[in-house]
Formats: sequence, C-alpha cells, structure tokens
Amino acid sequence: MQRSLVDRVYSAVVGTITGFGMLLLLAPTLVVLVISFTGGITLKFPPPSWSLRWYVELLQSQEIMDPALTSLKIAAAATILSAVLGGAAALGLARSKLKIARALDALFMSPMVLPAMAFGLSLLLVFNLLGIRLSAATLVLGHTVICVPFVIRMVGASVQQLNPVLITCSLSLGASRWYTFRRITLPLIRRGIAASCFVAFLTSFDNVPVSLFLADARTEVLPIKLWAILEGSLDVRVAAVSGVIVLLTLAGLVCAEIFGGVSRQIGNR
Amino acid sequence: MSPADTTASRQLLPVVPLAALFFAAFVLPLAALVLVSLFRDPQFSGLSLVQYVRFLSDPFSLKVLSDTLWLGAEVALATLFLAYPLALVYVGSSQFMRTLITFLIMLPLLTSTVVRTFAWIVILGRDGIVNSAMLSLGFWQAPARLLYTWEGMVLALTQIQLPLMALPVINSLLRLDGNLTRAAEGLGASRARIFITIVLPLTLPGAIAGWLLVFAAAATAFITQTLVGGGRIILMPSYIYQQAVGVQDWPFAAALSLIFTLAVTGIVFAIGALSRRYVRGVDAA
Repeated sequence: MQRSLVDRVYSAVVGTITGFGMLLLLAPTLVVLVISFTGGITLKFPPPSWSLRWYVELLQSQEIMDPALTSLKIAAAATILSAVLGGAAALGLARSKLKIARALDALFMSPMVLPAMAFGLSLLLVFNLLGIRLSAATLVLGHTVICVPFVIRMVGASVQQLNPVLITCSLSLGASRWYTFRRITLPLIRRGIAASCFVAFLTSFDNVPVSLFLADARTEVLPIKLWAILEGSLDVRVAAVSGVIVLLTLAGLVCAEIFGGVSRQIGNR
Repeated sequence: MSPADTTASRQLLPVVPLAALFFAAFVLPLAALVLVSLFRDPQFSGLSLVQYVRFLSDPFSLKVLSDTLWLGAEVALATLFLAYPLALVYVGSSQFMRTLITFLIMLPLLTSTVVRTFAWIVILGRDGIVNSAMLSLGFWQAPARLLYTWEGMVLALTQIQLPLMALPVINSLLRLDGNLTRAAEGLGASRARIFITIVLPLTLPGAIAGWLLVFAAAATAFITQTLVGGGRIILMPSYIYQQAVGVQDWPFAAALSLIFTLAVTGIVFAIGALSRRYVRGVDAA
C-alpha cells in the first residue's frame, strides 16, 4: 500500500513540474502573439481592446522596416556562404582520417564555445588594425563564421550516414566525380543541408553580439534596432515585429519539417 | 609522398576555402584580441600585462565575473530541474505527446532571442501578466517590481535556455536500457527509487552536457541580461560592451573578453573532463 502512495506522489510531482515546464515553454510565444493585437498604447495584459493598428504602424515605420530588410539580406548571404563553404568542408572532413582533418574540425566548431561578445570585439579590433572599413560585407563575414559550426555538424552527420559503396559503384560504372556528386551525394545529404540552412539563417537573423560591434551606421540590423528600442521605451511596435517573426518562423519550421525533417536533424546536433 | 597520402590529402581539397576564411576571420581576430589586451593604455603605447593586473586587483571586476558565472550555474540548475520531469514524461508517452513536447521545445529554440526576451518584459512588467493577475486576485496590494531584478532574469533565462537542456536529457533517457528499470520494478522498487538509483546516474552524462550548454549560453546572454536584468545588474557581456564601445578602452575590453572566455571554457572543459572520468568509473563497476 505504501509503495503505491510513494509512486502516486512521485507521479504527481513529475506531472506538475512537466506541466509547469510545458506552460513555461509555450507561454512567452503566446503572450507575444496576443499582445501584438492590442488596441491599447501600452503592453498591458490582457489587452484592453483588439486591433491590427500596431501592424499597420509597423508597415509605416521605415526605421524598423529598413533594418528588417537588411537583416534578411545579411542572413541570406551568411546562409549561402556558410552552406557552400561549410558543406564542402564537411564533405572533405567526413571520411578523412588525417590528424589535420580532426584539428580543422575542432577549429570550425570552436565559434560555438567562444563567447560571441569576445568574437565580435576581436573582429572589430582586427578590422581596425588592418584599416578595413566596416560594411555589410564585414558583417556577413562575421555571421558566416558563427553559422559554420551548425553546417559542419548537420551536413557532417548526413555524410556519415551516406553509404560509401554507392559512390564507389557510381565511379566504377564510369560516372564522373561531378556527376556522382550531383546525382548521388547531393540528393542523399539534401536533408542535412536544408536543416543546416534553416538553422544558419535563424542564427544570423537573430545574432546580436557580433552585429553589435560590426554594424556601421548604414547597416543597422533588426535585433539591434529592437534592442535599442526596448532599452529606451516599451514600444508596442516591437510586439508587432515579434508577431511577424514568430509567424514566419513557424511557417519556416513547417516547411523545413516537410522538406527535411528539421526537428530530427536539430535534435541530433 | 606515397600515392595513398596524395589521395588522402586530395580529399581535403574542398576544406581549403573554409580553412582560409577561418584563418582570416577567426584565428587572426583572436590573435588581434590577445595582442590588443597586452597594450598598456587605449593609445596603444607599449606592451604590458597591466590590463590583467587591473582586472585581478579590482574587486568590482571580480564581482562582475563571479556574478556572471553564478548566473550561468543557477540558470543551468533550474533548467535541469525542469528538464528531467519533461524528459521522463516524453519517453513514457505516446507518439502524439512526443511530437507535441518536441514542438514545444523547438518553439523557443527557433524564436528570436529578442522576441523571447520581449515576451518576458510583457510578463514581468509593471502592467504585466503576473502583476495584473496578482492584483486582481487580491494577493498583492501594489504592483511588485519583477523586471530589472536578479530573480526575473533567472526566470527568463531558464525558459529561454530550457531547450538546450531538454534535448540532451531526452536523448540520454531514450538510450537508457529499459530492461534495467523493468527489472527494478519487478523487484519491487518504487518509481522514485528507480529514478534516483538507476535513471539519474545512467543519464548523468546527458544532464552534464546540457548543464554545460546552458551554463555557457546563460552566462553570455547579452540581450536577456541587459533587457530583463536592466542597467543596474552589470555582467561580463555588458561590461565588455561598455568598456569597448562606451569608454573606448579597447585594451581593457580585450582583456575582459579573454578572461571571460577562459573562465567559461575553462569551467566547461574541467566539468566535461571530470564527468568523463566519472562515466568511465560507471562502466568499470
């Protein structure tokens, strides 16, 4: 009898904490979505009335739309650059047993352990010492470095799962290396590439520590702009931007899930 | 070079572009960071270790560092407390529940940090959810200050970093041999006892991996620290930013960055190494 009591208490505790945890995971996103439809002029919750006014206001706010566009461009460039360079590197490193390959792999992963603030500052210092002007290009360079670890891990995992016999077969049947890559390798690692592009894009779009040091006056990015707005006042337009970001991310997740099973890929990283 | 060596090196050819990029945009900057930290003053006149001496002899700076590391440890512990029940429910439930929990975990992971932090401003603010609920229920007489407090910051960071803990813990629970828990159950152990004597020790490596991820992420979370913690709580990331951009004291900012990096990675590697030793002990037993 006593045992079932202990078990019941245990289940109740586990269940309660899990419920709290799930609520905690979900609540902030819901709160942002709800507050973005407020008709009021403060972040009062629950909203006193409902309207789309902040979304309309957002569309008319050049000071937010411009950084948003800049962020999208920077993220797209950093994603392409990290996917091409990182993908090629992952293919080269995956089966190599050379010591230098392991060393390079560790190097490419290290932006993940380095505090991003330190990396942002170090880039600013090196560009200054070398007399290189800050621009959108220097920002893309910085973002690419922090996106590469995701590409290396996720594409690398796909390559590991690839059966090398397929490549050998294709080559011995007379196909060229390029044809084999295009028709055999690429389709088989497609999911890993798609998932890593998705994560790389979000990583760049969301990055603050690197942009904080590298963004010049003309390349203002969205997260920094939002951060600056929130430091000064609690502007409801931020809720509308957040609402748009949440909905676009959800749409992106659904697409990526259908196309590449992205959640499994991220879970494995 | 033998033919085998040539093929092996030729395989590395696609790695060259990225290696070049990393040399220019990662290795070189870090070298510059080390170099700049060795300058005596912001005018770069002469080399010395004065920035490091300045940090180590300044109680304020040392407090900023210890507060930051403590924040990371506290948040990591809080996520650990939430992640285990979540993972236990995950492994014991149907496919539908598993998908739901995965979705809930992925959601904050993929939502922009600024958005997640903004949500916490709405929740904890003066007119926020917690305050209006407590006031209307009559628990509180006046709105409490929740934003710009240490506790508020820990709570927000716990939610924001929870996915980093939940994923490795779930993965290690999934790898656990079910026969062990079934055997214990058959021999009459309570579920709490099974958890403490079997599940927890065997999934500890996953928990430690998650702990280290959250620790590093929470200690370096500039946005959440500055927006939810507010200007009065100074932690290493905002200290570095203030010294570099506000005061323009690049040598000191560089030294701060290096000390912070060494402290965080040092703790991560030390605990990682200790846990690997512990895991070997489990295998040998």
